[in-house]
Amino acid sequence: MTTATDSAPVLTVEGIRKSFGNKEILGGVDLSIRRGEIKVLIGPSGAGKSTLLQSINFLVMPDAGRICLEGRPVDPSDRKGLCLYRQQVGMIFQEFNLFDHLTALGNVEIGLVRVKKMKRSQARERAMAELERVGLGVHAHKYPAELSGGQKQRVSIARALALDPKVMLLDEPTSALDPELIGEVHAVIRDLGAAGMTMIMATHQIGFARALADEIIFMENGVVIEQGPPDKILDDADCERTREFCTKITELGGR
Amino acid sequence: MTGELGFIVNDLMPALMRGLWMSIRLIVPSAVLGFFLGVLAGSCRVYGVRALRWPADLYVALFRGFPLLVQLYIWYFGLPRIGIYLSPYVASVVGFSLCSGAYHSEYIRGALLSIKKGQLQAAQAVGMTRLQTILYVILPQAVRRALPGCGNEIIYLIKYSSLAYMVTCIELTGEGKIIASATFKYTEVFAVVGVIYLALVSVASWALGKIEDRLTIPGFEYHRA
Amino acid sequence: MSTPFSVLQQSLPYLLQGVWVTLVVVLGSLSLGLLVGLPLAVGQVYGPRPLKRIIGLYVWFFRGIPLLVLLFLFYFGLFPFLHLDFSAFTVAIIVLGSISSAYQSQILRGAILSIPEGQMKAARAIGMSDAQAIVHIILPQALRLAIPGWSNEYSVLLKDSAVTYALGVAELMARAHHVASRTYQHLVLYLCAGFIFMILTFLGTRALNALHRKVKLKGYS
Ligand SMILES: Nc1ncnc2c1ncn2[C@@H]1O[C@H](COP(=O)(O)OP(=O)(O)OP(=O)(O)O)[C@@H](O)[C@H]1O
Ligand SMILES: [Mg+2]
Repeated sequence: MTTATDSAPVLTVEGIRKSFGNKEILGGVDLSIRRGEIKVLIGPSGAGKSTLLQSINFLVMPDAGRICLEGRPVDPSDRKGLCLYRQQVGMIFQEFNLFDHLTALGNVEIGLVRVKKMKRSQARERAMAELERVGLGVHAHKYPAELSGGQKQRVSIARALALDPKVMLLDEPTSALDPELIGEVHAVIRDLGAAGMTMIMATHQIGFARALADEIIFMENGVVIEQGPPDKILDDADCERTREFCTKITELGGR
Repeated sequence: MTGELGFIVNDLMPALMRGLWMSIRLIVPSAVLGFFLGVLAGSCRVYGVRALRWPADLYVALFRGFPLLVQLYIWYFGLPRIGIYLSPYVASVVGFSLCSGAYHSEYIRGALLSIKKGQLQAAQAVGMTRLQTILYVILPQAVRRALPGCGNEIIYLIKYSSLAYMVTCIELTGEGKIIASATFKYTEVFAVVGVIYLALVSVASWALGKIEDRLTIPGFEYHRA
Repeated sequence: MSTPFSVLQQSLPYLLQGVWVTLVVVLGSLSLGLLVGLPLAVGQVYGPRPLKRIIGLYVWFFRGIPLLVLLFLFYFGLFPFLHLDFSAFTVAIIVLGSISSAYQSQILRGAILSIPEGQMKAARAIGMSDAQAIVHIILPQALRLAIPGWSNEYSVLLKDSAVTYALGVAELMARAHHVASRTYQHLVLYLCAGFIFMILTFLGTRALNALHRKVKLKGYS
């Protein structure tokens, strides 16, 4: 890999807590990621992976904790600052969440036009380039309802990339897809990694995680149980619970 | 008592209570008649033979298509031209019932259509007769599905009963208009009249909500606006 | 005495002028209803609690009082009391529009609430403010969903507009009654007016259906 990882972290997450009602979902999570690094979150259903990723982007408002982008803490009560921060953190949802009333091109363009206030012609050019990057140039004028799941997810990746994010958060990007469509999305994510994109991804695809991750983070019941290099966590974890989960999931998904 | 309050308590309220009683005498029979007409027309449209279906369809199209005021004028001012004379009260009740029945039939029809074929087959399979099927399978389901719509229709009827005044049947609105014209206290009078209608409508929708809650079973939940 | 047919023939141009008045009243109040109903719907979904309360009261008020009572209250009562010298025509549009805004706000509220939560999340995730997300993402979708509801609202307003005759607005119903009382052909004239109302409902609904097909999103149900 050609990634230049400098020592200062791009994003740090400190002591994030979140409860829904009196049920604690995140019990103080710490995380930091350097430029070009790829971290993969694994853990059983309900562990809090989605909640953590959405908290990092303040789509879920954490009850406590601190998030810094390039050393600067983010203040979610400052509306303008929050919008600016979110532009720099790309988010990919499990269920794509493409804007249903806009074409593929419109989906990618709208952030540039409305948020970045770019001129429409310029935005169109950039959006088209991003769509071609994910292999969807020919489908630019189709509406979400006319695209396959894999294509939708690639559009949503293009939508995030168009804003030049410093970090991408991917929440199970392929778990809503039919098995034969997973490959095309994985290929796009792999290319992103190769191009040096900093990413935090939650996934149940253990083989893909092993191939892609610099580090795997195992979460359960809202806390990080163990983290480390893929081979260590997946094959030879220190913690009993991690081993149990990884054995089960590798049996299911293969290596 | 003197002044505004005196006017409201001594002059306005007795007249308005008289009007309210007349309104209720308009609303209740019209609601009952309208509902039965709706059930009749709705059933004809879904289960009827052709000779029943098209007259029912025509009835619904006409009575939903004509403004209620036009219908009332036809009953009250139009029919005398062919020798039929209806009193203001009768013309109003006829007008309300026929119009309301057309709207009810839409909800009844929708409810009947929503009952899946499998339900009827299952009823036959356990050996029910036609009547038993209707009583024990179709009605309990259809009533639940039609209730929100039919309930709304009754709320509408409460409000539209004010149109009886236009054919000189002096109910709540009419009593109000008479006093207001005599005293020029339009704002006070119609504010009070409005409050009475608001109360009527609110009580009726509260009661309908209670009935719906009582009848709610899983799979037949209501989403009220 | 004239025959029903000759009366109809002679009065038809006069009645058709009333159709224009009816249509202006209906389209005017439908537009006013949208103009007011849209912010009400947005406020009721996204606004702070006190605002939601106030909007709820407004809706309750205009949906709970008969049109005829509101027409009398505003035309003979409130507006003169406030020294506002509005014509019957203007009051008709204001009152019908206010009632319609209450109903339209509920149509739109339903449409907004039916849009999946993910749309708002995705909009925020690309850095849109809530206001931008509502304007560029939520409303374009909600307004499309609301068209069938409008179609219904149009036909309700059309029929209700006949009631404005009580204030002396020279719309279709008023003209039919006027001719009827001079010629004693009540039955024929009211039937004729009724059918014209039906035709107007049919045409308007057709137009809105065409609009619905035109702006409908491909493959979107
Ligand atoms: N808005 C909410 N209100 C209440 N509870 C919630 C909410 N969102 C999430 N939860 C709960 O939080 C817990 C963690 O959910 P989360 O979606 O973060 O888990 P996850 O690790 O992403 O699981 P999965 O692998 O199934 O996606 C779950 O028990 C869920 O029911
Ligand atoms: Mg999840």
